[in-house]
Amino acid sequence: MSVKFLEDHLPKLMLAPSFIAMLIFVYGFIGWTAWVSLTRSRLLPKYELDGIIQYERLFASLRWDTAFSNLFIFGGLFIVIAMILGLILAIFLDQNIRSEGAIRTIYLYPMALSMIVTGTAWKWILNPGLGLEAMVRGWGFENFTFDWLVNPDMAIYTVVLAAIWQSSGFVMALFLAGLRSVDGEIIKAAQIDGIPNWRIYSAIIIPSMAPIFLSAFIVLAHLAIKSFDLVIALTGGGPGFSTDLPATYMFAMAFSRGDIGQAASSAMVMMGVVFAIVVPYLYSELRVKND
Amino acid sequence: MAPILDIKGLYKSYGSTEILKDINVAIDPGDFLVLVGPSGCGKSTLLNCIAGLEPISGGTLSIDGQDMTHVSPKDRDIAMVFQSYALYPTMTVAKNITFGMKVRGVDPKTQAAKLKKVAEQLQIEQLLNRRPGQLSGGQRQRVAMGRALVRDPKLFLFDEPLSNLDAKLRVEMRTEIKALHQNLGATMVYVTHDQIEAMTLATKIVVMKGGVIQQIGSPSEIYDRPANMFVADFMGSPAMNLIPARAMKNGSGTHIEIANSTGGSIVLKDTNGHDLPTDVILGVRPEDIAEPGTRQDGVHQDAECLVDIVEPAGADTYVVTQLGGKQVTARLHAKTNAQAGKSQTLSFDLSKVSYFEPGTGRRLN
Amino acid sequence: MTDAVYSNTGVRSQMTRIALRWLLYILLFAFALFYLAPLFVMVTTSLKSLEEIRTGDLIALPRDVTFDAWRTAWASACTGIQCEGVRPYFWNSVLIAVPAVMISTLVGAINGYVVAQWRFPGANIFFALMLFGCFIPFQVVLLPMARMLGLMGIAGTIPGLIFVHVIYGLGFTTLFFRNYYVTIPAELTKAAKVDGAGFFRIFWSIFLPLSLPIIVVTVIWQFTQIWNDFLFGVSFSQAGTQPITVALNNIVNSTTGVKEYNVDMAAAIIAGLPTLLVYVVAGKYFIRGLTAGSVKG
Repeated sequence: MSVKFLEDHLPKLMLAPSFIAMLIFVYGFIGWTAWVSLTRSRLLPKYELDGIIQYERLFASLRWDTAFSNLFIFGGLFIVIAMILGLILAIFLDQNIRSEGAIRTIYLYPMALSMIVTGTAWKWILNPGLGLEAMVRGWGFENFTFDWLVNPDMAIYTVVLAAIWQSSGFVMALFLAGLRSVDGEIIKAAQIDGIPNWRIYSAIIIPSMAPIFLSAFIVLAHLAIKSFDLVIALTGGGPGFSTDLPATYMFAMAFSRGDIGQAASSAMVMMGVVFAIVVPYLYSELRVKND
Repeated sequence: MAPILDIKGLYKSYGSTEILKDINVAIDPGDFLVLVGPSGCGKSTLLNCIAGLEPISGGTLSIDGQDMTHVSPKDRDIAMVFQSYALYPTMTVAKNITFGMKVRGVDPKTQAAKLKKVAEQLQIEQLLNRRPGQLSGGQRQRVAMGRALVRDPKLFLFDEPLSNLDAKLRVEMRTEIKALHQNLGATMVYVTHDQIEAMTLATKIVVMKGGVIQQIGSPSEIYDRPANMFVADFMGSPAMNLIPARAMKNGSGTHIEIANSTGGSIVLKDTNGHDLPTDVILGVRPEDIAEPGTRQDGVHQDAECLVDIVEPAGADTYVVTQLGGKQVTARLHAKTNAQAGKSQTLSFDLSKVSYFEPGTGRRLN
Repeated sequence: MTDAVYSNTGVRSQMTRIALRWLLYILLFAFALFYLAPLFVMVTTSLKSLEEIRTGDLIALPRDVTFDAWRTAWASACTGIQCEGVRPYFWNSVLIAVPAVMISTLVGAINGYVVAQWRFPGANIFFALMLFGCFIPFQVVLLPMARMLGLMGIAGTIPGLIFVHVIYGLGFTTLFFRNYYVTIPAELTKAAKVDGAGFFRIFWSIFLPLSLPIIVVTVIWQFTQIWNDFLFGVSFSQAGTQPITVALNNIVNSTTGVKEYNVDMAAAIIAGLPTLLVYVVAGKYFIRGLTAGSVKG
């Protein structure tokens, strides 16, 4: 009887440790953070609920204000440009290109690097003293200025640049796979009908890739929200707090400012943004799968 | 003789949906039981329940007198052949066939001997070192059979084993399975949606629909005396003609009046004293409608019908006419003179007909 | 007459096509330069002396190739107060990544096998919960995890970091294996059950031998993720247990002494080399992991 019981329930038993770990370390921890975000915790967590005071402090903070709007500037530009660039590169590469494999490899390799490495490289290239600016000046263009990295108004765009460099090749790979998965017979039919190439792309192929656009958007949005390493390595959040993102704000509050309440509430806002984007997506994906 | 497989009051449900309802089947050793029905009727689920691959929600199941209701598949002394053959892709044919014995700890010598015997039986000796990916569909099918045969079980279970083969191979394998059954004298339970497979292979057929058994019987019982309109329609190709008609008692017999396409009606006189309601559905197999004088046995009644379509099919010619507002197919001999658009005398064999109640579809005679 | 007209437009369209083709290749080449430039600058800078960096051009090839910066970066660059180079941190990363990759892959394989092949009520809910776990911003678990590691007595240790990477890697590894195993017909498991094989036997004899491609994808994905991780590394390590990404950032952003750009670049290349190597050797699987991780289904 007990052997039979074990036999019947073994699959569930094997899943149990992961299930419990997930309940604690994902959902339990989210709950903990949510709870603490509603307290007056500072250096140490307190557990007496005290309303939404942390969220009021958060949205009254200038630094958070910068970080939160940077998320939308950075995220918006990063997602839109990376998608457009990725799509263009994918269409280019879809034209029976010689040595396509090698070119693809070159476009995609930054994705293998750590954001810290990417940040370090671009920090060197973009530094005005010895980098790109100095180089162009050295060529005789004495008035050339390219000081975005140290310009509080422009520094966030260097983060966008580095992030696009890192991730656009990946978007290209996604789209290329999408272009190749379109039913060849439809394209042949269109060619026989005498429809020009660009019309085939704009009217037939690209509209049929809607799910891939969605996937690319989800992945990029997710990358944008989690972006932390890149900012730390490239600008350290500076000059001043001009390139802070919610992720760096949260980290600063948690580990250097000793303000657990603020850290928790900013983390919950990040969670909310992710939730708003990912949950409808996952819901539709899982529902389709169950049909 | 005690039944080798005995299913009593079996129920199966997923959540609140009942897949199988009150299934009662018993078969004797040596029987070839075919479960047949349209897709979604629960026949494969029933087979999985017999195998122990799906737990059952109610009722009992015993194999060779032993209660197997809650026993795992490996302890039921069964073997199974699957629709996709389910050969282990990374193992050679030989390993596929001996895997079960290896798991059970049969000694290698016996394994080798049994493998050799089965390989000879199925003529797959030259395939033993290949992998499933290198085999044709027919060869995979044989290997799957080999894996079952080597077990020498009390019960063979087949889950639509021929449905992935092309038409020609399917007929060949069908004959081979029949021969195998006769030579081994084994008991087999076989699931199919193909009523021809059911008719040719079975010693006993279970027709299912919506998780409920519609009829259990020998192939001829099912074919000649379908229990309801569903069975009548499902078994046989072309299907039995189901013609709305009016029955009127006339002395010891019955007059069957059927509207024809020209606005009039034809009347068939059934001399058998059935006790029929006024509105009935008359069921006639296409081969029981013939040209006058071509059949000797039975009780024939002639009627003039307008031919709509003539379909020569080689051995026979099908003639379609309209009766009772339905298309009615007659199976005439190949050299018939029937022509589309012309009138044709058709002879109905009333000794073979079925009557059904229009509302419930239940058989009346 | 008509023939001439046709051939004339034919020649013209032919020339347009060739011109467009050239334009296409030029653009592709320009983009290739854009992606390669930073790597090129990193390598050349790392091979220059500080003096040459100050006086020379960003993209100029080194006049005198020197490996001093590499030696310094590997063995004596300062990460804050310690000056041992990135070597100890490189090995920390290895010690973290190797067990974490192995454990999360193995557990993910078993999870995926159960979810895909041993369906039971609630398996789908488990999978949905797990999938969502892939997407949470890790900031939301940093604070409680720091306390939990303290309670478990592994705060600031390498086992602690292994633990964290295993836990938060399980979502993806389970997803990878589940999506792979779900394409294997359920009849295979059924046939093996009828043959008398149990849960582990079926996994070991039938599923594992089929799994090489997905194991490679998962191992590469996990290795890249863990090697490149910075957030967990910087949050949950101490001076002696930091992974290489944290050490690199400390070298680059340490404010003491002269800024040695060549050393920074050498250290950055060292930090990026293992994953770059994996990408070059097994690019196909790397891309498959990326797309599998994004196109869920």
